[in-house]
Amino acid sequence: MRLPPALPALTILALLGPVLAGLWGTLSAALGHLPAAGLNGPSLIAFQALWEWPGLASSVRLSLGTGVLATVISLVVTMLLLAGWSGTRAFRALLGVLSPLLSVPHAAAAFGLLFLIQPSGWIARLLSPWLTGWQRPPDLLLVQDPMGVAMVLGLVVKEVPFLLLISLAALGQIDASRRLQVAQALGYGRVTAWIYSVFPALYARIRLPVLVVLAYSMSVVDVAVILGPNTPPSLSVQIVRWMGDPDLTLRTVASAAAMLQFGLVALAIALWFGAEVLLAQTGLRCAYRGRRGSHDRMVRAVGFVSGGVIVGAVLLGLIGLSLWSVAARWSFPDVLPDGLSLRSWQRNGTAMLPSLATTFTIALAATAAGLLLTLGCLETEQRRQLTLTQKGLWLLYLPLLVPQTAFLPGMQTLLLNLDVDRSLGAVVLAHLVFVLPYLRLALEGPYRTWDLRQAAVAATMGASDNRIFLTLRLPMLLAPILTACAVGMAVSVGQYLPTLLVGGGRVQTLTTEAVALAAGGDRRAIGAYALAQTAAALLPFALALAVPMLVWRNREGLHHA
Amino acid sequence: MPDGLRLDNLTLWRDGTALLSLDLLVRPGEVTSLMGPSGVGKSTLLAAITGQLPPGFSTKGDIRLNDRSLLGLPPQARRVGILFQDHLLFPHLSVGGNLAFGLAPTIPRRDRRAKIEAALDAIGLTGFHDRDPETLSGGQKARVALMRMLLSAPSALLLDEPFSRLDTDLRDQMRRLVFSHAAERRLPTLLVTHDAADAEAAGGPVIHLPATQ
Amino acid sequence: MKRLLSLALALAPLTGWANPDPSNWGAVLQEAEGQTVYWHAWGGSTATNDFIAWVGARLEEDHDITLNHVKLENTADAVTRVLTEKSAGQDEDGAVDLIWINGANFASMKDADLLFGPFAEALPNWQYANTENSTLTHDFTVPTEGYESPWAMAQVVFMHDTKDLPERLGSMDALLDWAREHPGRFTYPQPPDFLGTTFLKQALVDLSDDPEVLAPPVNEDNYVEVTAPLWAFLEELTPLLWREGRAYPPTGPRQLQLMNDDEIDLAISFSPGEASTAIANYQLPESVRTFVLDKGTIGNASFVAIPYNSGSKAASMVVANFLMSPEAQLRAQDPEVLGYGTVLDMNALPVHDRAAFRTLDLGVATLSPEELGAVQPEPHPSWMTRIAEDWVARYGVGN
Repeated sequence: MRLPPALPALTILALLGPVLAGLWGTLSAALGHLPAAGLNGPSLIAFQALWEWPGLASSVRLSLGTGVLATVISLVVTMLLLAGWSGTRAFRALLGVLSPLLSVPHAAAAFGLLFLIQPSGWIARLLSPWLTGWQRPPDLLLVQDPMGVAMVLGLVVKEVPFLLLISLAALGQIDASRRLQVAQALGYGRVTAWIYSVFPALYARIRLPVLVVLAYSMSVVDVAVILGPNTPPSLSVQIVRWMGDPDLTLRTVASAAAMLQFGLVALAIALWFGAEVLLAQTGLRCAYRGRRGSHDRMVRAVGFVSGGVIVGAVLLGLIGLSLWSVAARWSFPDVLPDGLSLRSWQRNGTAMLPSLATTFTIALAATAAGLLLTLGCLETEQRRQLTLTQKGLWLLYLPLLVPQTAFLPGMQTLLLNLDVDRSLGAVVLAHLVFVLPYLRLALEGPYRTWDLRQAAVAATMGASDNRIFLTLRLPMLLAPILTACAVGMAVSVGQYLPTLLVGGGRVQTLTTEAVALAAGGDRRAIGAYALAQTAAALLPFALALAVPMLVWRNREGLHHA
Repeated sequence: MPDGLRLDNLTLWRDGTALLSLDLLVRPGEVTSLMGPSGVGKSTLLAAITGQLPPGFSTKGDIRLNDRSLLGLPPQARRVGILFQDHLLFPHLSVGGNLAFGLAPTIPRRDRRAKIEAALDAIGLTGFHDRDPETLSGGQKARVALMRMLLSAPSALLLDEPFSRLDTDLRDQMRRLVFSHAAERRLPTLLVTHDAADAEAAGGPVIHLPATQ
Repeated sequence: MKRLLSLALALAPLTGWANPDPSNWGAVLQEAEGQTVYWHAWGGSTATNDFIAWVGARLEEDHDITLNHVKLENTADAVTRVLTEKSAGQDEDGAVDLIWINGANFASMKDADLLFGPFAEALPNWQYANTENSTLTHDFTVPTEGYESPWAMAQVVFMHDTKDLPERLGSMDALLDWAREHPGRFTYPQPPDFLGTTFLKQALVDLSDDPEVLAPPVNEDNYVEVTAPLWAFLEELTPLLWREGRAYPPTGPRQLQLMNDDEIDLAISFSPGEASTAIANYQLPESVRTFVLDKGTIGNASFVAIPYNSGSKAASMVVANFLMSPEAQLRAQDPEVLGYGTVLDMNALPVHDRAAFRTLDLGVATLSPEELGAVQPEPHPSWMTRIAEDWVARYGVGN
């Protein structure tokens, strides 16, 4: 049976509809058209107000600088790790710890890092006063520094696991180990061999995710609120501040800034393309000269240490937060609290339950809708014998490449004008935009590699396409489908900006609550929320592992999956 | 027109190039063997008969089964059973579940279990109903796959090198089983193989396909 | 239409009380039974949320009123909501029944005729209110005229860690002197945060020779002259601040963590009981105490107001009345609960209530009403907006 292309059409609508409508809404509000505030454009007043905002230059510099730097560092660390260590036992051990970190929400990781590195943080406590002589924390601007160094670190610890796992998936497709063997047999050092023989092919496959990291890092809000400076903040944070102002006319300024943000990301991507060309030419010239680079001990060490530091930072940060959530009195420079108390959990626990319920409701709804669309698309494409083209891939990645702060303000003002903002449904729709690409990426491989001869055999026995889909394909793909769902739910749980802006502050999830608490700085409450948030993201992964094992415990043929 | 599987001046094309041409009739209960080097399009030919031609391929001519043209029919309606060298048992279903998948849905619930148990008896796997197919030996899996396909009551049988993965002694046993069941049900059978011994054991006409240029 | 409405409102005090009429309290109670009140109140503090939940439970018990706390991040959201409803012509049964409000938000709602009333001074518990305290009748210098009902007192106090700063500081000049000797040990929340702006106002009031000029709205003729001492003070203070003024805590509560980490020794608070409550919750060291300035500190009252289009006006008045009751006021003042100052006049209370207040342990770091001393009036709300804007331009965008 040929399926009508309704589901692919719906998917494209769900993916691009909010983005395009949002951009349109942002643009029209930026041009002074905002009926809800009694404004009718077009006018350039909003841009003029933005131009006159004294913090503009600093915040633009900050967004561009931290975004590009975080992306470059994340990419370099990932590549050093792969070049120096992929395939080794140490690498597998590191990976075992890194992959769960992928689902730790950005905000939780940033909180953990904050407690580690601030002058009154754990590292300073461990070294004080015996080494540093500090009886009280030094007055150093280590976090919220005007250069955004802490913010870059906060992004790097989350983006390296992402790039690493994406790269690993790609390495399987390019026969990396044999490329490496050949180059090493020619006398090249491991790192040099990897860079010349594997990197170019790998990069071609991970280019889009790298650009996603770039766009995300430039427009991130939660990490910037927690670790970034605020005199002035980065452009995205300022956009959110203006969006949240009760004075509705400031939303036009926010929208103008959002268009600027959009332009900045486009500019950065263009610069990135330029850098790619330059790097490729340099690389080719170097390769032609044939230097073997056989002494690569140092480089390998740097890669491994960076990887270790990232794992250590996130894990220690989370441990520190757990400790704070059960700490009684805990002053500087004590390494451990004076006593333990369940008071913060009692105080925050009851308040946390409704937001926990909202978090899961949204995550389940967005993932269920996304799964329906994604499976529907894959099945339709399968039956019509279509494959995802490079153009289709760009389309899929588009919502992740357009900065969130550029289209979400417009989406909110559109919903506001329609008077349906702040509803749970609208938030689910916004989450769907971000959940869909990840579901598709997670399912694409398993769906395509499913042995179609199974379907062929079943069809000759008279089974209809729908019966094959429901009774063969879905049950056999149970494990990857559940994993994809876990990815989708983790993505949804971690969403800050779509929830905040589209929910208009009314829809409270663990993530929005946790980031709101960041302002209060109460580490006990933050610890409790960040842990709950991490657990909410990790729980689906645990289920995705456990359920297939339980359901298929008597079916060895499915255990390798 | 006689009964059986008829390839009526059938030409298989790939992107405008003719791969092979055949004109043959496989009579009920007869096994015709197709032999030829790999890449010649043997398996694709079988896919054309089951109605599952991959993209880029096309056919000219006609495929008829018991004087009914199969062209234009979906695979489900062609009633052509196929066996591959891989058993392709569904790993999430029990042995009995796999057999039940083949059994037509029109057979009422109360009769299904009895039919499946009988089928298990027929292939010497009595009491295997609830077993995980993965725990079966290669020969046992092959027998389940055969029986699953036969339970779907096909009107013709296609064999795509179904014995090549089996040990020599098993292979012989399996050939006898397959051919005897095919003969018993008077199924026209088309066998694609590399192995001359297969063709010999089939006992029917042998067609050697030439290599394409 | 609008003129008619304002005319009607202007005439309201002459033509008697609003409808339902709070002077006929028996009828109000009867009408209130079974009604649901949506109380829009800032939801940023667990302690406050718990208190509001308790109020709800008590009202359910006594009057069969259902109280729903709509947790706001920003009170202005509720104001916007009512304004939107009014422009959409939704004049009955609006979404907001009761708002926790004061200052600029009250002024703008009252200005735009968005409030029901007057009702506050006819509530039965008004008899206990400390009417001598002008902050109960003037909200940021704007006369309340019975359009909002007080339920808590707030007054600026400074929290100091006696381990590092043993003596109180008597004035802003003393604070500056101390900062010179101890650079990096003080900061304040980043304006336009409410508490941060309050610090600026407090500094302006304390540094000004004649705080009376702050009562009327900002006047461009004397703005530069009046605020000059403030900017001179900040020019000197900023480099002496925590992180040299290159970063600020975003909100008031963030200062508690800084103090607990021993990053700062001095912080501003708008709640005399906050320090005691925080000590009990392990959020502050036990060595923290509070003080007020020699000339006193600014204070204001927190109020509740009822929008003109509330569908549960009777029940909302019952809530407002209950908030002013000795029972609720006593609970709010308990540092284990909220630690808010009371709006009641001790001398007006029945004897046993007075005794209960007297025996309440205010906590180690809370000043007694006598020590808190005179409350300085808030400047007109327009000062706050203007100063905050100037501050952001000078210090908030990094130069």
